[in-house]
Amino acid sequence: MAEVLVYVDHVDGAVRKPTLELLTLARRVGEPVALALGAGAAETASVLAEHGAVKVLTADAPEFADYLVVPKVDALQAAVEAVSPVAVLVPSSAEGKEIAARLAVRIGSGIVTDAVDLEAGEQGPVATQSAFAASFTTKSRVTRGVPVITVKPNSAPVEAAPAAGVVETLPVGFSAQATGTKVLSRTPRESTGRPELTEAAIVVSGGRGVNGAENFAIIEALADSLGAAVGASRAAVDAGWYPHSNQVGQTGKSVSPQLYIASGISGAIQHRAGMQTSKTIVAINKDAEAPIFDLVDYGVVGDLFQVVPQLTDEVNTRKG
Amino acid sequence: MSLRIVVCVKYVPDATGDRHFADDLTLDREDVDGLLSELDEYAVEQALQIADGADDAEITVLTVGPEDARDALRKALSMGADRAVHVEDDDLHGTDVIGTSLVLARAIEKAGYDLVISGMASTDGTMGVVPALLAERLGVPQVTLLSEVSVEGGVVRGRRDGDSASEQLEASLPAVVSVTDQSGEARYPSFKGIMAAKKKPVESWDLEDLEIEADEVGLAGAWSAVDSAAQRPARSAGTIVKDEGEGGRQLAEFLAGQKFI
Repeated sequence: MAEVLVYVDHVDGAVRKPTLELLTLARRVGEPVALALGAGAAETASVLAEHGAVKVLTADAPEFADYLVVPKVDALQAAVEAVSPVAVLVPSSAEGKEIAARLAVRIGSGIVTDAVDLEAGEQGPVATQSAFAASFTTKSRVTRGVPVITVKPNSAPVEAAPAAGVVETLPVGFSAQATGTKVLSRTPRESTGRPELTEAAIVVSGGRGVNGAENFAIIEALADSLGAAVGASRAAVDAGWYPHSNQVGQTGKSVSPQLYIASGISGAIQHRAGMQTSKTIVAINKDAEAPIFDLVDYGVVGDLFQVVPQLTDEVNTRKG
Repeated sequence: MSLRIVVCVKYVPDATGDRHFADDLTLDREDVDGLLSELDEYAVEQALQIADGADDAEITVLTVGPEDARDALRKALSMGADRAVHVEDDDLHGTDVIGTSLVLARAIEKAGYDLVISGMASTDGTMGVVPALLAERLGVPQVTLLSEVSVEGGVVRGRRDGDSASEQLEASLPAVVSVTDQSGEARYPSFKGIMAAKKKPVESWDLEDLEIEADEVGLAGAWSAVDSAAQRPARSAGTIVKDEGEGGRQLAEFLAGQKFI
């Protein structure tokens, strides 16, 4: 069976969920061969094998951490040459997309980014994407070279599918460009203990209606009761109430959770662009005319300062 | 020595308009107003600030697109860019991102550059890969997704805020930079700027000027294809309740019914 190369996103050996989702999609088009780079690469092998990787290629060198993006492109190119895959799948993170794009042009291949689903087709893998603030769904293919496809988080279930997961070290020669951009320092983002926004199954977001940084505590309390990530609209971020890293929308992050709860968010097109593919959408807003109510499965017209704490209490009670 | 900055901008359909696909599954531009992609305004702003801090700098703003795309160039010129290049050719219709990066890279080389700056992504395609593709094609460092950027003594430095970490980056010029909407509010064109923009040169180049064959770009030359586009079915009308004291509990009941609690 044909092999599919899967780029592994991991932090010191801990594989991030979108990579495991990629393995589910990869199995639809071939046998997954995973590529893990940098510190802890070899430690990813067992979890990758449990989820379907027949082989795990690893490479470690200081270049992967000390320089931006290009060393990883060099490694992925070496893996493509070693494996001759029918497709290359990469998580749609900001860095993942950059790596995938550079690889594509280098190996003479087309690219499809931000797929939300993937299936085998007669002429190769077919990717589903959403366009124009998720008002359209398109089906796309790469028509030249080895298809390079980046896939958004939450596009497939994580499934156990035990496979051999044979670990092999991949020799990587670095290109002249590899050391072009130095990483002078790296400060890990302080963990909030909450799930990563783009990967979370539930996202609770606050907007202009939250009316102050201190009031985000009630949004956070609801998120914590549900084990959710916290998001914010651009209005809330621009007002300085919540960090930009949590912004959902066209100029922030695009999320596609099972459940999205918008509190005090009117639902401008720019915000909708970032959350419209959420499976279930709930909104709480004082203004019955707010455009967000056009999208909801369930909406409450009311004061979020009343509704949200009551909901939080109820969730905690039901859990307890 | 003069610092030559090329800012890549895109003319995009207004997101608040009703965007749809034409019969050939490219963007239907007939009924939609366009504008300079908001995220590219930040790139123009950073170029202006870098130029202000340099002894001598020239900012060229570059776009690839149909005739109307000239509006995006005018906006950038009125903000303060010095000159503009518009790559326009009928054969470009339907060009994918790989082809677009080829055209931009050739145009950047022809214009001459020390620094290329763009927005983090366009607000229509939102792929966010053009800056990396340009760095690959030009063979220069990429210093992308910066929320802070500075250029001094032939070195560009910046801060990249990623999902899991914040990184300080450094590269020697020439380089390709992209900036986020956190890099600093873009200025509004002044009346003086708008008047001055009318006198600034806008060059028009076609594929021949860039020594690109028609079959390398356009729909036929694309390395990817859209096979179908379907409007998402309208969501069935949801349940909307007015809070009369029990809104939170009613919502909890709904969430429990959906197995979220």
